[in-house]
Amino acid sequence: MLPPLEEIKTTLEQLLPGVTLAVEGIALLVDAKDLTAVCRCLKDNERFGLDYLADLTAVDYPPDRMDAVYHLYSMAQRHGPLTLKVKLPRTNPVVASVTPIWRGAEFQEREAYDLYGVAFEGHPDLRRILMWEGFEGHPMRKDYVVEDQDA
Amino acid sequence: MAVDQGLQSELQKQGVYLTTWDQLANWGRSNSIWPLQFGLACCAIEMIATAASRYDIARFGSELFRASPRQADLMIVAGTVTKKMAPQVVRLYNQMAEPKYVISMGACATSGGPFHTGYNVLKGIDRYIPVDVYIPGCPPTPQALLEGLMKLQERIRSRPFGAAMDEKRGEYPVPEFGKAGLEPRYNPDMFQPRKGWWEEPAKPATPSSTP
Repeated sequence: MLPPLEEIKTTLEQLLPGVTLAVEGIALLVDAKDLTAVCRCLKDNERFGLDYLADLTAVDYPPDRMDAVYHLYSMAQRHGPLTLKVKLPRTNPVVASVTPIWRGAEFQEREAYDLYGVAFEGHPDLRRILMWEGFEGHPMRKDYVVEDQDA
Repeated sequence: MAVDQGLQSELQKQGVYLTTWDQLANWGRSNSIWPLQFGLACCAIEMIATAASRYDIARFGSELFRASPRQADLMIVAGTVTKKMAPQVVRLYNQMAEPKYVISMGACATSGGPFHTGYNVLKGIDRYIPVDVYIPGCPPTPQALLEGLMKLQERIRSRPFGAAMDEKRGEYPVPEFGKAGLEPRYNPDMFQPRKGWWEEPAKPATPSSTP
């Protein structure tokens, strides 16, 4: 079993000096600059052992907030999920890629990039995955207007 | 020339069968409609159920789902046509041999269905290719698909054989991926978008009876 969120937060802050986290609902709020260090620790530290990234997506909160959301499980220790959230600015949201940590993040980051326009720095092959090349805009953003709404 | 029905029935009692070339050929044609084997979404599951033993589409001669458009007579558009898939569907239709027929199965293939307002779904396959039979439902039951197939058989039987053979539907333009969707959005030769309810002229006010 995973320890309670508050305990995870204090453990992480002890392990990673200079990192401050916050608890928001059932999610752990991580600063964009700390994401790589926190994820690496959650995966490699035996206390967590979160070796499986089940889900990576984004949430659009107009007018100026965009979240990247991560759901982590441990296959070895059979616990989870742990939810991470990274607050990003809605215009030009950039966050570090976790593909080097969890290989399975590659396509999910491409999907979040395609549909929400979140750029993942350090991604090996960041391009659209569902929409075709040459498509403009990010259709899951709440202000996206479908071209053929009236027809 | 049509055969007199009373005479035909009298002759049948004597063991003599009369028919016309049209009837004979259309009887064969309508009972061997080979569909193209492809499904797009959950309607395809119903189509598979229709092909299986319980509903048994083989009773109507349509059990041979062909894996090649060159060998198929009928395209059952079974499911949601996404904008990414639509060009391939039109291309498959173009590759089918004449005479060819299309059944639009379910709400999605007909109009986009529950995904009508989505950014990624084509709002009806009849924007690009001609449809012979529309089947309502979400998804339609196997019975409904069989009913649609029977309607198509009726259509085939009701037309002179020669006219059906002469008819060439030809190739239809394949849409391309554009910046915000498919280009063109529909084939203007065969489809015109319905005017939205907000554009319709207001009804003239009914004159009140009291002055």
